[in-house]
Amino acid sequence: MTALPEPRMRCHLPTTLCAVLLALALTACDREARRFRESPPSATPEGLVQLSPLEPGVPTTPVSARNVYLENAYAVSEGERRFNSYNCVGCHAHGGGGMGPPLMDDQWIYGSAPENIYETIVEGRPNGMPSFGGRIPSYQIWQLVAYVRSLSALTPSGTRSARTDHMMMFPGSRTLQEPEQPKQSGRPPASEMPPS
Amino acid sequence: MLAAATLLALVACGHAVEQSALHPAGPQARKVSDLWWFALIVSTVVYVVTIGALLWAAWRARRREHAGAPLPPDSERRMTRAVAAGVGATVALLLVFFVYDLSVGRTLSPPPGGDPLTINVIGHQWWWEVQYPDTTPHGRFTTANEIHVPVGRPVVLLLTSTDVIHSIWVPNLAGKKDLIPGYTQSVWFQADTAGVYRGQCAEFCGHQHAKMALVVVAEPPAEFQRWLAQSRQPALPPTDSVTRRGQEVFLTGPCVMCHAIDGTPAGSNVGPNLTHLASRRTLGAGTLPNTRGHLAGWIVDPQRVKPGVWMPPNQLAPRDLEALLTYLQSLK
Repeated sequence: MTALPEPRMRCHLPTTLCAVLLALALTACDREARRFRESPPSATPEGLVQLSPLEPGVPTTPVSARNVYLENAYAVSEGERRFNSYNCVGCHAHGGGGMGPPLMDDQWIYGSAPENIYETIVEGRPNGMPSFGGRIPSYQIWQLVAYVRSLSALTPSGTRSARTDHMMMFPGSRTLQEPEQPKQSGRPPASEMPPS
Repeated sequence: MLAAATLLALVACGHAVEQSALHPAGPQARKVSDLWWFALIVSTVVYVVTIGALLWAAWRARRREHAGAPLPPDSERRMTRAVAAGVGATVALLLVFFVYDLSVGRTLSPPPGGDPLTINVIGHQWWWEVQYPDTTPHGRFTTANEIHVPVGRPVVLLLTSTDVIHSIWVPNLAGKKDLIPGYTQSVWFQADTAGVYRGQCAEFCGHQHAKMALVVVAEPPAEFQRWLAQSRQPALPPTDSVTRRGQEVFLTGPCVMCHAIDGTPAGSNVGPNLTHLASRRTLGAGTLPNTRGHLAGWIVDPQRVKPGVWMPPNQLAPRDLEALLTYLQSLK
């Protein structure tokens, strides 16, 4: 009779340690906050909004109003829903534009900063953009801002929905693109110009 | 005993509320209810007989053991026969259930004869849009969370949804039917007894699924015609300064972004149509009774009442809120 080999009971210490650490790391996971009851917040950013980089005297660094919704997937999707409900789609389509300018390109007539878009919605703009101030609660406007910025990939990719039933710029555009810095409108730098 | 006690408790429950499958108010619900009673009674009898046989067998075995008597020689054969009889009875009973269930389903599904009243019901998170179609534009109107029907006339509900799957269930009148986005289904019922029957969403549809109720008001035909004529009217223009201010608050504030009032420029269909809000029984799809105080609380902070509801909190100056409430309460 041959003796059966003894089963190896010895634990592989680094593997075990890794598993335990990973399990511990799981406890740090947290569901993203869904804010239902807004203390209507977000002081309107009057006085902070700068449409032009030109200013008299000593140049100041613009102060950006912090918008918690920009980094919140729930808020972005709520913004998308309201974008349909409030009939923004009537003129801007689902970002592709129509009667109004497209919102998924990198051309920003009145600025791409959150405060600029907020002001555009609140005050309206010449040649067609109505003023929604007083009609839409400010927290919802900030959600719309978050959504509008996500259309041209200006919000972190983690907040953008991977799945949508509506028109997209190109497949996967909401998840694949990295967040970008707000672009200045105008000519792209020479390095990005196609060779002529 | 247990079954009897459960039965008694269920009967007691049924009497307490107007939402009960045990008190059918129409032919559809009656068939469902008959099936339910049949299943309950047969199951109770089977349960009692089974437990009785078990106790009897245990008692007999124990007595034989005490007497020291040996097992009869044909015990094995008798046991086989008993088990076979039990299996046979079970199969036969299940077959009866199956045939009865199919026959009830068959009688419930075909469209009703006669001249049915057609109503469109559209599910939203978390309320019911109710449209009364008509051949003429001025005969059509939209309301919410309340379906009025005439007694004794079949009613066909055409069901669809704008967001997720809902399910309509008014147990006193009919069984459940899903409301599916992009697809129209129908269910029909007939109310034989006048009354107010509560229904609710029976398919989990999100945060406030539990607070998505509706009422079906079954009225005598004359009363229903009166309600129909009243509902077709657009809202009357405000007559005094307070209601005029209230309308102004409505039309220049956030309300107008989602709600419609026929007869005014407000025409959005995102939220419930408020043309005859004051004539409805509840607020927030059966969440609150429709009183001035509840209406005020609902407008100012709906998220406290129904967290997650799409309606935003509205901060209005006290005088504006009062005017708005007076205006909304004038919309009979």
